[in-house]
Amino acid sequence: MEAPPAKKIATREAYGEALLALGKECPDVVVLDADLSGSTKTKAFSKAHPDRFFNIGVAEANMMGTAAGLAAMGKTVFASSFAMFAAGKAWEQIRQSICVPRLNVKICATHAGLTVGEDGKSHQMLEDVTLMRVLPHMTVIVPADAVEAAAAVKALVEFDGPAYVRLSRAATPVVMPDDYKFEVGKGIVLRDGADIALIACGVEVPAALEAADLLATQGIGARVIGMATIKPIDEALITAAARDCGAILTAEEHQIRGGLGSAVAEVVTQHCPVPMDLVGMDDTFGESGTADELLARYGLDAAGVATRAKKLVQRKGA
Amino acid sequence: MSLTNESKARIEAAANQTRIDVVRMVNAATCGHPGGPLGMADFMATLFMEHLRLDTGNLHDPKRDRFILSNGHTCAGLYSILSQKGIIPRDMLMSFRKLGSPLQGHPHRNPELGIDMSTGSLGNGLSVGAGMALAARLNDWDTHIYVASSDGESQEGQIWEAATSAAHYSLANLTVMVDFNNVQIDGEMRKVMNVRDLRTKYEAFGWHAVDVDGHDVSAVDQALCEAKTVEDRPSALICHTLIGKGVSFMEGQPGWHGVAPKDDEAALALAELGAA
Repeated sequence: MEAPPAKKIATREAYGEALLALGKECPDVVVLDADLSGSTKTKAFSKAHPDRFFNIGVAEANMMGTAAGLAAMGKTVFASSFAMFAAGKAWEQIRQSICVPRLNVKICATHAGLTVGEDGKSHQMLEDVTLMRVLPHMTVIVPADAVEAAAAVKALVEFDGPAYVRLSRAATPVVMPDDYKFEVGKGIVLRDGADIALIACGVEVPAALEAADLLATQGIGARVIGMATIKPIDEALITAAARDCGAILTAEEHQIRGGLGSAVAEVVTQHCPVPMDLVGMDDTFGESGTADELLARYGLDAAGVATRAKKLVQRKGA
Repeated sequence: MSLTNESKARIEAAANQTRIDVVRMVNAATCGHPGGPLGMADFMATLFMEHLRLDTGNLHDPKRDRFILSNGHTCAGLYSILSQKGIIPRDMLMSFRKLGSPLQGHPHRNPELGIDMSTGSLGNGLSVGAGMALAARLNDWDTHIYVASSDGESQEGQIWEAATSAAHYSLANLTVMVDFNNVQIDGEMRKVMNVRDLRTKYEAFGWHAVDVDGHDVSAVDQALCEAKTVEDRPSALICHTLIGKGVSFMEGQPGWHGVAPKDDEAALALAELGAA
């Protein structure tokens, strides 16, 4: 009997709700947006706590600097825009004014990746994990679904320091268990298997789970790991996966250069060399289309992940 | 209320000590930026000695005033004035730019030393000041945020993003002091990229803005007093200065923006400044 289709919720929706709840619990939380509060979902917070919400207008660099100033005075600051503009336009301000002095700013960037869809390549941020991951002091989190997004936002309030959370526009399947306990820096084994490990983040986590189903029908056992925290990455879980499975395939809705795949490869090459392959965007920009069409076109859907996984298992056996 | 003779003498002494320290520090470091802090010394001394509520007694008070050196390359002057206030140890000054020193080549945030923000990349500080001013207002604190900037830095677009939002949010507790010396690294500011009349620009952005002789400590004092009485908008003091002020062979010379005086030049400069 087939399982009922998973409920779909956008991670940005979960962020907006979590932020609203935090606003009530934490009087020091201040939220900034750059004229996209309806889309980033900070609007609910802005209505509930108008005194602690500042719309900075279409000026992302200034938003990051303003966030740094608020944090330097003791506030817990959430700053939101589209990933393209938060991580892309304001990278230097994030580096100089937030990461260098290690200030408590949480950058929650929405509309990341291909699943932005029809808006096309100008808005499909595919380089943000790379850009954020190289910054000292920065924590980088890519939640797999709405459950993980809400949990990550709550967890981030508990620690003092800069963080980047990558969120999606499109509604995506909810795959995390109800009793899921998110911990910064820890991945989760969502399905066990011994032939290959699929390590994924964001929307590629449901794709990897579906790919594991496809692989099972071909007699291949895939361990599926949700790796929400790209930095600091869960080295123990990666090392164990390499040891147990002997091959690792990473999957991310992002350039393969510098993202999750690179982060995993840094661990694998140092501690437990095994054959690896990286599913993601291979040195190309995106284009207009629906989210599902784009994931399929660039080999990021379940079928694409499964095909690459099968090839890697063959390579491992050769 | 005008400055008493005693206050004026105290400010002028502090400015001169800043110049002496800057020449010594940059000479000892064999690299750095002497021209800017020499030009800024008078208005910086007026701010720190007469207005900025920052001293050893209130250093850890979250409600105290804040200062951001957005033109961070001029930090030798900031370190000197903080040492004159007893916050940075005097014997730390000569470690400027040396390995392991908290006195980095450009400021690194260190609240224990009164360094309120990391700066050095031009354009970033005014936004941070606006954020601090918002936080102070949210907390209902009588905290004033001062930012030092420059004419060259005003070429950065982010300055005008910050100017827009600071006026939009009526940040009356924010004051920027712009060192206007018509000099930047590649030469005369008006030839490299003319920012034109910054007073009218800031006014057009919705600020209270005044031109002031940056070497006239009484005039700077008066402008700072006035800035604190403005209740509905941030204030900009366009401080007109001479780069290298106080050292005859550095005055007005773009070449002294970022070159350290050699030992003989430093000796000459210190003699002119009356250093013991």
